[in-house]
Amino acid sequence: MNRMLAIFEREMRKFFRSPVLMIMSMMLPLVQLIILGNAYGGKIRGAKVAIVDYDHGPQAVKIREACDAVAVNIATFTTVNYTDELLARNDVRTGKIDGAIIIPAQYSRRVYAQDAPKLGLVVDNSDQFTSSSIESEIQSLVTALNAPVIEPRVITSIALQFVELYPYVSYMKFLLAGSVSLAMYISVMIGGGMLYIDDKARGVHEGYLVTPITKLELVMGLNLAGAVKAVLSGICLTVIGSLMAGLGTIFHPMQLLELLTLIVGTSIAFNGMMFLMMVRVDDPLVPRAMFGVLNTLLFFPSGAVYPVSAFPKWLQAIAVVDPFTYCIHGLKAILLKDGGFVSIQGDLLFLFTFGIGTLLIATPLFKRTL
Amino acid sequence: MTNTATNRAATQAGPVPAIAVENIVKRYGAFEAVKGVSFSVADGEIFGLLGPNGAGKSTLIRMMTTLVPITGGRAMVGGYNVADNPDAVRRIIGVIPQALTSDQDLTVEENLSIYAKLYGVGKVQREKNILEVLEAVDLVKWRGAQTKTLSGGMRRRLEIARGLVHDPKIFFLDEPTTGLDPVSRIAVWEMLDNLRKTRSLTMLITTHYMEEADKLCDRIAIVDHGKLVALGTPLELKQSVPGANVVEVHFDRETDKWKERLEGLEGVTSVQAESAGFYRVLTSSGSKTTMQLVELATKLGETLTSLSVQNTTLDDVFVHYTGRQLRDEQVKAFAFVMPERPGA
Repeated sequence: MNRMLAIFEREMRKFFRSPVLMIMSMMLPLVQLIILGNAYGGKIRGAKVAIVDYDHGPQAVKIREACDAVAVNIATFTTVNYTDELLARNDVRTGKIDGAIIIPAQYSRRVYAQDAPKLGLVVDNSDQFTSSSIESEIQSLVTALNAPVIEPRVITSIALQFVELYPYVSYMKFLLAGSVSLAMYISVMIGGGMLYIDDKARGVHEGYLVTPITKLELVMGLNLAGAVKAVLSGICLTVIGSLMAGLGTIFHPMQLLELLTLIVGTSIAFNGMMFLMMVRVDDPLVPRAMFGVLNTLLFFPSGAVYPVSAFPKWLQAIAVVDPFTYCIHGLKAILLKDGGFVSIQGDLLFLFTFGIGTLLIATPLFKRTL
Repeated sequence: MTNTATNRAATQAGPVPAIAVENIVKRYGAFEAVKGVSFSVADGEIFGLLGPNGAGKSTLIRMMTTLVPITGGRAMVGGYNVADNPDAVRRIIGVIPQALTSDQDLTVEENLSIYAKLYGVGKVQREKNILEVLEAVDLVKWRGAQTKTLSGGMRRRLEIARGLVHDPKIFFLDEPTTGLDPVSRIAVWEMLDNLRKTRSLTMLITTHYMEEADKLCDRIAIVDHGKLVALGTPLELKQSVPGANVVEVHFDRETDKWKERLEGLEGVTSVQAESAGFYRVLTSSGSKTTMQLVELATKLGETLTSLSVQNTTLDDVFVHYTGRQLRDEQVKAFAFVMPERPGA
């Protein structure tokens, strides 16, 4: 036990003496949170939409007024007058404008005659975000115009009423769980993977192996230190990220306890996984080469940036055995939903089982000799 | 009786050597790195293990220190069989590896403290031991300094202190002065000599420096190609080389007959051509050969640029037993050779 603590002490002293690991493990997730959180979180504003009016009737004026209302209120787009549909289409194609509304001749007459009036909308669907935003705005505008001026006494159409359980979740808040898990992963990758192999290559482990320390003490000492480093990275990023994203979770003791339990479980799982992968590696280049591959292979299928249900089956299969998936699910359940321990018990069970399981496999593989 | 006790008792019939290696073998697949080496080291002795690069010295030391499993034969360290009882061996040995492995971010004292803890030394004893070893290696005033601020020589002293912090009985040092400047090297020699006297340590040292082996070691084993090729005290080894003296002679011009002429002189046992016109002559009588050389040069009208007579050194012993071929040349034979360009 004391020997295990000696290994732990050595690792932690080095960790605190040289804060590079801590800074490096948080740098990428923080930058990701700031850049992606702000880049993807906002709504489209200021797109240019042409109005080609061949009608000039009262109903065409209503359309133009509705579009002007969008421009001055939500500001998804501003309107530009065009006289030629072909020119407008061409300008959408070349990117001068983002869309074009075509009001055909006889549009007003058809509205009044209830003779299947139609509006045209040309969008550049190579940019899904902009085109879907414009489509959505125009669709709601058309729906509003279709609504009868006087509500009928008996409503026959089906209405859907939305109930959003949680307050508005910005993309930065959505991304925070991924960033926290990424910070822990990087900490484990550098602190538990790269430094472990570097120490091996430098002969530090040779120094341990000539002492009476047992295999279990050595493995546990190294892993305990690796897990604690990851926990510290996870806590730091949770606090900083929550403040940046405007989440008050960290000020509630119960949620803080849930977060801490989940971070501990994730750190053990990540560390066990990394140790199992590195236990027989001697070349310092291997963990460096694996860093990017593992990051892509484990982080992206986990649901950190896109929902798992949208993935193909083979990618969903990776997500099932990926500890990132459970960490991110658990973090979202606490940070965004305040779901309590009940909502994360499955995640905790997987993470602790995975961590202990990988360590149990890795320990016999660890060589007590060179 | 426990296994350990039985193990020890079995070897306690006579005086137990600190280290006894019997026909030890190490194979890596088809390659045999150590081929049946046997020697023993008495209690309190400083034993040197010499050999060219790749001779098997480090493999031998790693087998004795439990780092590498033994393929065949037996190694007893402090009366314990290394293969059967590695933990007991680890408790009584101190090991200084070739590389400097102390943690640069930790202080001198922290490095020592962590290793003492790895050996299970209790708090009070640990503090006492740390102070003692720091005094022994003259690093007391640097105890709070971060290791990265120390010079190479000081770091090597720290490594030695680290190996001693649990008060071992047998000390293994793998090239302890490699990379040190001459002054630091001499300081380490003096320190090791003092340690032997004050702590009655048995030491096994591998080194490339013949002067180091000559000064420090009571006995020396020369290993080459995984085999023990010579064993004895430095004096015995020097005497085992034909020729008691070495005459170094430099002629002002080279002719192809010098080697032949020198070998024909009375008492000359071997002649090594060092460079153009420069020869190392091993002879049983340095003074007689010198006189003959001068006479020969006068007779032939040749000029001697320099002439010196020395006693046989361990360098001569080393070269005698291991040959003059560079070990790297063997590797070169397998090196990739760029094929000629078509049409070149």
